[in-house]
This record gives sequence, C-alpha cells and structure tokens, in this order.
Amino acid sequence: MAGTVEAAIRQKLNAAFSPQSIEIVNESDSHSGHAGHDGSGESHFRVYLVSDKFAGQNRVARQRAIYDVLADELAGPIHAFSVTARTPDEIG
Amino acid sequence: MSDNPAFDTIKSEIDKNDVVLFMKGTPLFPQCGFSNLVVQVLTHLEVPFEGVNVLDDDDVRQGIKDFSNWPTIPQLYVKGEFVGGCDIIKEMFEEGELHAYLADKGVPVRGMATA
Repeated sequence: MAGTVEAAIRQKLNAAFSPQSIEIVNESDSHSGHAGHDGSGESHFRVYLVSDKFAGQNRVARQRAIYDVLADELAGPIHAFSVTARTPDEIG
Repeated sequence: MSDNPAFDTIKSEIDKNDVVLFMKGTPLFPQCGFSNLVVQVLTHLEVPFEGVNVLDDDDVRQGIKDFSNWPTIPQLYVKGEFVGGCDIIKEMFEEGELHAYLADKGVPVRGMATA
C-alpha cells in the first residue's frame, strides 16, 4: 500500500512529465536505524522516469526539473532521493 | 549574486580547487552512502579532489543547495562547473563518460599520460 508521500510523488511526476514509464521504489525500510530514517516509512525513495519531455536536456537539467516539481517533498519528508531520467529513445 | 555569506566560502573552495566534492563527512570517513559512492568513484579514477564536509557548517550545508540550485548532497564541481550529484556521477562513471569529461577538463585522472 503506497503511503501519502509516495502518492504525492507519483501524482506530481505524472502531471509534470506525462511519463511513458514511472517506477517509484520506497527504500525506507532498508535504512531503519540509519540517520535520516524517521520512522515514517517514507523517507527514502528511488525514482525511474521515462519521458519524452527530457529530450534535449542534459542530466543536470533533467534532475533539476524533477527536483523542482518535488520541491515541497524534498524540503520536508524526503531524506534520500535517487533519480534515473531517460527518454523513450534511450531505452534500449 | 546574493548576500549569502556562505557563498563566499563556497566560491573560494571552488576557485581554489580544480575538483571539489561537497559531501557529508570526509573523504576518509564519509557519513552518507551517496557521498561515499562519489568518493569511491573519484578514488578509483585516482582523481585528486578536495572534500568539503557540509556537516561542519550549517551555513555551507544550506548554502551549497542554494548556490547550485540543487537540493541534495553530495555535489561535485570541476574547474568551477557543477557536474552533478550522486546519481549523475554514478551514471557518467558507468557509461565511461566521467573519465573522458575529467581528462577533457585537464584534471589528472587514472591512466592519463602525465606531461
């Protein structure tokens, strides 16, 4: 069952990037007892996003665009966040 | 640019050192898995770099995020240019781009003939 933070991430990324593919992995439980693990179960995420909106953007621009969309979550509940951003053409 | 006092500290580190990693902990004792990964990549490539421990200074810890417009740490700078964080460095390394990028910037890197 996805938590509220994960649901917000999914909703915002879907709205901003209309992704062909989106995968959100909640890795919070594998960090229990570690700094930044706040017991919420929603502090560590990994995101894979495939969208043609990334075409013509370098890695920094893509990740910055994702960070901008998730600014509230990154400033609040999220402690660790990994991103892989590809265009459909780059998926081989 | 801004009157943020941490920016002077950050700017001076970037000006002083060709390769600077803003990280949690030190290169010898990283205190975060993401910072550790970038340290391991740079060490593997035998790149000389300066580690700036953002945990030592709350102003720099927040300041570097504002300076780079990048909300996470670690952050790698090469010759004054922001290269990226852990995900980007890992991808560039895995795809063989990081070595070429560093060599292109004139940074000493593993396997490169020294003049």
